[in-house]
Amino acid sequence: MSTDVRVAGVGIHPFGRFPDLTVTELGIAAVRAALDEAGDPRFDAAFCGTAYAGVAAGHKVLSAIGRTGIPIVDVEAGCASGAAALMLAAGAIRAGQYDTVLVFGIEKMPKGIIRSTFFEPWREAAGLAATPAYFALRAQRLQREANVTKEQLAQVVVKNRRHGVHNPDAMFRRETTVEEVLGSRLVCEPLHLFMLCSPNEGAAAVVLRRAADAASDAVRLDAAVLRSHLPGSVLGEATPMSGVEDDDIPPPSTLAARDAYAAAGVGPTDLDVVECQDTDAARELLSYEELGLCERGEQGRLLEEGTTALGGRLPVNPSGGLLSKGEPLGASALGQVVELTRQLRGTADARQIEGARVGLAHTVGRGANASVTIVSR
Amino acid sequence: MSTPRRVPVRSGLFDDDAGDVVLLGARCRTCGRPQFPRSATCPYCSSVDVEPVRLAGVGTLWGWTTVHTAPPGYDGPVPFGFGVVELSAGLRVITRLEIGDGAALQFGQPMQAAIVALHTDHDGDTVVTYSFAPTP
Repeated sequence: MSTDVRVAGVGIHPFGRFPDLTVTELGIAAVRAALDEAGDPRFDAAFCGTAYAGVAAGHKVLSAIGRTGIPIVDVEAGCASGAAALMLAAGAIRAGQYDTVLVFGIEKMPKGIIRSTFFEPWREAAGLAATPAYFALRAQRLQREANVTKEQLAQVVVKNRRHGVHNPDAMFRRETTVEEVLGSRLVCEPLHLFMLCSPNEGAAAVVLRRAADAASDAVRLDAAVLRSHLPGSVLGEATPMSGVEDDDIPPPSTLAARDAYAAAGVGPTDLDVVECQDTDAARELLSYEELGLCERGEQGRLLEEGTTALGGRLPVNPSGGLLSKGEPLGASALGQVVELTRQLRGTADARQIEGARVGLAHTVGRGANASVTIVSR
Repeated sequence: MSTPRRVPVRSGLFDDDAGDVVLLGARCRTCGRPQFPRSATCPYCSSVDVEPVRLAGVGTLWGWTTVHTAPPGYDGPVPFGFGVVELSAGLRVITRLEIGDGAALQFGQPMQAAIVALHTDHDGDTVVTYSFAPTP
């Protein structure tokens, strides 16, 4: 049996828009909350996930609260930045390097379509760096290959926004309807504005600790996996200019899920709760099959039967997902871990999933990077 | 005042000197896989034994949508079509599309490449790129 890594504390600064707060201040709030929960405030190292906060952003947070001196590593892996930090922290504990590690993610995103240095200038000039258009093409292929309807895309938003009503850390806390979603501005057919998450601001933090004794009832981190893409998928998150005629290239989310299930010794049927990447409504439905929650073509039924809604057999995005919370890149993956930890502790209030024991968190995005984290209690 | 020239948005991307538009790709001599745009290495097997190929600008429609708002770094006209065309060389290529509102399109319909204007640069020249339109 490998070393037990436990979640000693979690903290979050709500996701939203905070013009009067710096990204450092967002980070301080989340870190202090997580350290308070952890009891013993000492930690041996810190890993900070962020994509837009700039040089040594994690150092600035820990400098502000006088917690420097230990190694601090700032980590960028697109939408999976926080999960990449978590993977490094868990690995270092399992390797015996540290006993306690602080992991946090911070972000203050510009509004609108995310501009990225990832794309060369000519590609922007040619109009071929339009991120929502990629999401739309992926949605169109999902409609064609998995019989997903446009109404079902709207139903994903309705479900997640209904969950988000109960999450005080979410940006959007108002229910919506299929009609309202389909009536919102068309961004790129078939995706309307409400079907896309908002890049925004926020922070989340997790304190990981080597288990002092096996009887600990703290949430256990069973797997923290990060994978990148294999080449060849034209609509993959790596957003290449071309791909090959091969529809059997496993996506990075599937690679990460396989590794995580193997490391945790569980399978999709063991899960009680999932937080997955819902950058857009189709992305959530694609994640169902990529994570092994269903076969291709079954996701529409899973959604319509309420399986993935609160009260169903396997609630997905009880936090409201990114569609309710918004997406601060560096913080979003750790925000998912905060939600799972609360669900497994039984402290998720109105969105509590009764008796939840095993949870999975998933991110995927630019790079491509994909992460799958599994926790249990 | 001099006549505006046409300048490609990126050199080495496409060619229409002979009238027909071709995309400038490459094929790996080790694993056989095609690539576009052309690079000196194979993105599949890391071989450096890569030969240039001229990819005929004809294919079939594999995916399409319309971009209504100018994305960051883009000064061309909106709305514009955006999608994927499958070339006979076994390659799926990201491309602009000349498709109007796209309502009458079908998967697999024949498409052919064209050169389209994007914007006027600081020198008054017309910046152009490749695009695909339904075959008449």
